[in-house]
Amino acid sequence: MNIVIYILLAVGAVFNGLGALALIRFPDVYTRIHGATKCTTFGSIFSITAVVVHGFLRGGGEGGTLAVHALFALVFLLITNPTGSHALARGAYRGGIKPAQAVVDQLEKDRR
Amino acid sequence: MSIELPFAVAAAVLAGFMLISVLRLGIGPTAADRAVALDTVNTLVVTTMVLLGAGLRQVVLVDVAIVYALLSFVSTLYIARFLEGGWR
Amino acid sequence: MRRLAVWAVTAMFALAVYLLLTLWSGAWGLWSLSELIAGVVMALIVGLVAGNLLWERGGWRMLMPHRWVLLLVFSAGPLLWAMARANVDVAWRVITGKIRPGIVRFDPALKTELARTILANAITLTPGTLTVDVHELSGAFYVHWINVTDERPTPEQVCGALPAWARRIAE
Repeated sequence: MNIVIYILLAVGAVFNGLGALALIRFPDVYTRIHGATKCTTFGSIFSITAVVVHGFLRGGGEGGTLAVHALFALVFLLITNPTGSHALARGAYRGGIKPAQAVVDQLEKDRR
Repeated sequence: MSIELPFAVAAAVLAGFMLISVLRLGIGPTAADRAVALDTVNTLVVTTMVLLGAGLRQVVLVDVAIVYALLSFVSTLYIARFLEGGWR
Repeated sequence: MRRLAVWAVTAMFALAVYLLLTLWSGAWGLWSLSELIAGVVMALIVGLVAGNLLWERGGWRMLMPHRWVLLLVFSAGPLLWAMARANVDVAWRVITGKIRPGIVRFDPALKTELARTILANAITLTPGTLTVDVHELSGAFYVHWINVTDERPTPEQVCGALPAWARRIAE
C-alpha cells in the first residue's frame, strides 16, 4: 500500500513543478495564469490525496483527524484557486494589460 | 520526534518549486505577473503545509494550512481589486 | 419568515462543517460536550452573519440531494478527466512554446449565479481556456483561449459538454 502513496506523491510533485515551470516559460500574464492555476491545482489533488490515504491507513484518532482535515484543505483549495485566478485575470484586463500575440480580442471590441 | 520520510522529501521538493515561483515574483515585469506568482506560491505553501503535517506527525499544521488557504484567497481578491485600478 | 429559514439552513451547514472538523475530540471518536455547545453557538452566529450573503433568490433548489450527487459525479468524472488532459496540454505547450492566444466571446445561456460560477471555474481548469470576464446582464462569457481555432465560437467548440453539466447541477 505504501507504493500507492509514493506514486501519488511523485505525480503531485511533477505537476506542481510543471506549474512553476509554466510560470517562468510563458510570455504574458494570461498564459501564465493558465499554466500556474491548472498545474498547481491538479498537482495538489495528488499530493493531498497521498496524505489522506496515509491518514486512513494509520487509522485511529490521529490518522482519522489528519485525513479529514487534509480533505477539507483540498476542498477549499479546489474552490478558491480557480476563483482567485479568475479575479486576477479580470483585474489584469481592467488594469489595461493586453494579451500578448493575440489573434482576436473580442472583449476589447465589445467595450468600445 | 519521528519523521515520515517520503512526505518530508516531497515537501522539500515543493519548497524548491516555490523558489522558482519566487523568481517570477522578483522579475515579473508588471504587477499582475507578481500577483500571479504570489498566488502560485500560496497554493504551494498550502500543499507543503499539508505534506509537512503528515511528515512531522503534527496535525495542527493541516489546520494552519486550511486557514492559510482561506486568508490567501481573500488577499488575492484584494490584490485583484487593486489591479483593476485603485479602490472604488 | 424567509430570513429565519435562511438563518436555520446556513447554521445547519456551518454546524455540519464544524462537526466534521472536530471529529475525535471526545471519547470513542465522538464529540465532547463542550465542543458541541461551542459549535452550536458559533454556527448560529455564522448563520446570522453569512446567511443573506450566500443565498440568492431561487437558491433553494440546491437543497435537493440529487444535485449534490450530480456535482460529485461531475467533479470525479468529466472534470477530473478534463483536468488531466489540460495538464498534458500545458506540458506540451511549455515544451514546444506553440500558442495562438486570443479572447473570444460565447453565450452558454445560463441564468443562475451558481451555474455561472461552476461553469467559470470548470472552464479555468479545463484545457486551454481561462475565464476573464462575465457580462452580468446577458450572461456572455469572455474566455482567454490559448489555441484559437474560430474567432466566433459556439460554446461546444470552447468547452464541450460543460455548460450542459452546469445546467444539470444548478438550474
